[in-house]
Amino acid sequence: MKDSRGYRVFQIVNGAVLLGVVFVTLYPFLNIIAQSFSGETFIRAGQVNLVPLGFNTTTYQLVMGDDTFWRSYGNTVLYTIVATAIAMLLTTTYAYVISKRGIRGRGLLIGIAVFTMFFNGGLIPNYVLISSLGLTNSIWAIVLPNAISVFNLLVMKAFFENLPSELEEAAQIDGLSTYGILLRIVLPLSKAVIATMVLFYAVTFWNSWFQAFLYLNQQELFPVTIYLRNLIAGASTASSLGSGGGDLAQVASNVKAVTMVLTVLPILCVYPFIQRYFVSGVMLGSVKG
Amino acid sequence: MSLHEPTTAPDGASATGPEAATSAVLAAKARKGERAPKGRAKLSWRKSIRRDWQLYTLVLLPLAFFVIFRYLPMAGNVIAFRRFQPGGSIFGEEWVGLRYVEMFLNDPTFWNVFGNTLTIGLLSLIFAFPAPIILALLLNEVRTRYFKRFVQTLSYLPHFLSIVIIAGMLLQLLSLEGTVNQIVRAVGAEPVPFMQRPEWFRAVYISSEVWQTVGWGTILYLAALTQIDQSLYEAARIDGANRWKQTLHVTLPGIRPTMITLLILNIGTFMAVGFEKILLIYNPLTYPTADVIATYLYRVGLESNNFSYAAAIGMFEAIIGLTLILSANAISRRLVGTSLW
Repeated sequence: MKDSRGYRVFQIVNGAVLLGVVFVTLYPFLNIIAQSFSGETFIRAGQVNLVPLGFNTTTYQLVMGDDTFWRSYGNTVLYTIVATAIAMLLTTTYAYVISKRGIRGRGLLIGIAVFTMFFNGGLIPNYVLISSLGLTNSIWAIVLPNAISVFNLLVMKAFFENLPSELEEAAQIDGLSTYGILLRIVLPLSKAVIATMVLFYAVTFWNSWFQAFLYLNQQELFPVTIYLRNLIAGASTASSLGSGGGDLAQVASNVKAVTMVLTVLPILCVYPFIQRYFVSGVMLGSVKG
Repeated sequence: MSLHEPTTAPDGASATGPEAATSAVLAAKARKGERAPKGRAKLSWRKSIRRDWQLYTLVLLPLAFFVIFRYLPMAGNVIAFRRFQPGGSIFGEEWVGLRYVEMFLNDPTFWNVFGNTLTIGLLSLIFAFPAPIILALLLNEVRTRYFKRFVQTLSYLPHFLSIVIIAGMLLQLLSLEGTVNQIVRAVGAEPVPFMQRPEWFRAVYISSEVWQTVGWGTILYLAALTQIDQSLYEAARIDGANRWKQTLHVTLPGIRPTMITLLILNIGTFMAVGFEKILLIYNPLTYPTADVIATYLYRVGLESNNFSYAAAIGMFEAIIGLTLILSANAISRRLVGTSLW
């Protein structure tokens, strides 16, 4: 089959447009990476774009020598692990039950979950609730309120529904209880979807900031996103940084770039390996039902 | 699944086991003189709890989650009609009727932020909704598989970033020393402090929204594109349709159900514009265009402690959101036969 001349021209233009898309997508990353290695004077003069000018690693040493930064980083790691564990426990059990077509009340259970996708209590009632539960300034305010993502729940449900039922039947005949079937038959068969869900949740919790912003007001509890947010908002919590000499705002610009790089670094490192799981997860979720 | 549902044959292709069980259950019911509906016999609650109690115990924790963290706050909206005292009951102290509703209906700031919300929502719909469709169509024409994969993979990247990082990048790029102003200077114009200018806010918001969502949005469209029957293209070619005509008459109709589903979802979240992003990038100078319902009620509620008033505004917003998604769904079901449920 041969293409018309017009279509061949289109192919070339199309390739150029798509390369442009890639460049625009990547540019902000390259820009902050360049800034993180640049000298302060060059950023301030508005000369840094893709290539670091006045190359140095002093800013990295400065940020990485800051205890507040590492404590925030540690908090983020802790919150992510605990929140993901809780989320997986709740999501897996609920998804498993609502994947059983025969169970009485299944429609109601699905409805309870799905309705929350379209209607939620809103900011103020949530805030009032968390405060009156006494969760403020504790890890629970971060890890509990968003423990189940209904989207993830439906993805898992769809996966469980597609498992062959014969294995479970055989296990039941062999005398395994429901818990035994879930733990020893279903979960080992669901490693793929479990891995996907863990990644979904972990990335969400790693990136989240608003819960912490609302409910935590002690610096030693802040996750790294709040540390970064405070740098950006100018209310620099990192008083140890840049207070030594010269222009605070100037140092902050550098420090911001480094903090951003260090915050996205874990995500960028795992990204090439995990993105296809995300894609397949989305596809699974789009299966209607 | 037929373990717990001996009465339904899955996919109509199950082994004799479950079917035998079905007839056994039906026979048992008939003996007891119970109602035995055709095909699908429903057990009474007591019986199903006796049979499935282990399954039911599994839902207790997640159900508690939904009740406490999802449904209690919904009920907590009642403080929109009751006076709330910090430290008091989460359901408020005394009825005040529609006082808070009247309050926001007479509040000029409310109508300003309402207008901003509609404008930003509408602009997102106009620009951020079609962008992934266009990108997916362009990707679909790429012949080199590696190149296609390369573009796709990189375009998903922004989806995985924290909104705090995105806000940080925006502020850096648009600062007086940032890349955008480097370009502005290069063409000889005066640099613009974009983040301080209300007239620039919408452009900043929408373009960053497209940047964040366009790549990820293509996934579902690209999947829909692979589902299109290739013989339709052949038929179109035989009828003399060129590439453009094929796109118009085969490709677009092929992805129409996906487009409509995503459109409904977008309309449903119309009012819930990117609250977190706005909260991070707006400032008092840009309030005239940047302040939306969600950010306003955040300030009213949590910075000025008018909980009841803010709850009334929030409830209004949530009801509009629910109405929007229900009507969009109903309209599309009637007009094009595609709906979410």
